[in-house]
Amino acid sequence: MSLVWVYAVRDGDADDPPAVSGVDGERPRVVAAGTLGAVVGTVADEGFDEAGLAAAMEDLARLEALARAHHAVVVEAGSAGAVAPVRLATVFRDDEAVVAMLRERADEFKAALDRVRGRREWGVKVYADTRAGGDDSPAPAPGDRPGTAYLLRRKADRDRGAAGRERARAVAESVADAAGTHAVDVRRFALQDARLSGRNEEMVLNATFLVDETQEAEFRAAVTGAGDGATVELTGPWPPFSFATADPP
Amino acid sequence: MTLAHPDDELSLVDLLDRLLAGGVVLTGEVTISLAEVDLVHVSLRALISSVSTLAVGPDPGEGDGA
Repeated sequence: MSLVWVYAVRDGDADDPPAVSGVDGERPRVVAAGTLGAVVGTVADEGFDEAGLAAAMEDLARLEALARAHHAVVVEAGSAGAVAPVRLATVFRDDEAVVAMLRERADEFKAALDRVRGRREWGVKVYADTRAGGDDSPAPAPGDRPGTAYLLRRKADRDRGAAGRERARAVAESVADAAGTHAVDVRRFALQDARLSGRNEEMVLNATFLVDETQEAEFRAAVTGAGDGATVELTGPWPPFSFATADPP
Repeated sequence: MTLAHPDDELSLVDLLDRLLAGGVVLTGEVTISLAEVDLVHVSLRALISSVSTLAVGPDPGEGDGA
């Protein structure tokens, strides 16, 4: 028995499935209904049923393999035209179920394809030293009153920390504003833990933008020119994962 | 400012930001879906625990005699 993994939906007359391996090493194919085509792959039920997928989500190596394969197929699926990516780990029982879904949600997919046509997603992350304070002069330390000295030092540290965080936030917003000027839409992700980035600086912005292809040069220039004193990281282009739905997920 | 050049390989956490929170969500009787599971939470738990595992270097008790 097998199951059907869905990668993405695109305008469906083209019968040229992506030429990359899918999540189960399979060759992706296209299931069409009306003017829409779902890029799908036949996967084993073992490992891809509900229990198998739930287990995969807890297994980093397996999760990574699934994510990278899913991403690669969606990238290929969108290489020739608009593509509406489907959430990772969406599995149907058979092609008939996929066709029924395409028919039922045709309007939604057409709207999604229209929204992202000619546009790509770009990630912008900003890292800043949130501890960097303005005034580094030590707090006055009356030697004969250690308790007061301690409290004053703590207060100075706290003030510096607040100023640093405030400045980092301002930098983040200035980058977001600069990028947003040349973008159609924006989504914000949770800030990534410093342990994941491996950086000393703290992430202060983790946003992703939907950018018209005609605006990409301006977008990139704006992002590159912003963020004085901070590290700005641009990723992409991504398939429009974050903009496949009208509202923020 | 500095424009960092990310590694050629996409960072997994950037990928998961998009793949687990984005994309069209399809659910229904005909679908096997994990939509009801908090995927982001689940995956971050997996990520963090793996990072913590990597971060457990030498025993901090050793060579710390100063």
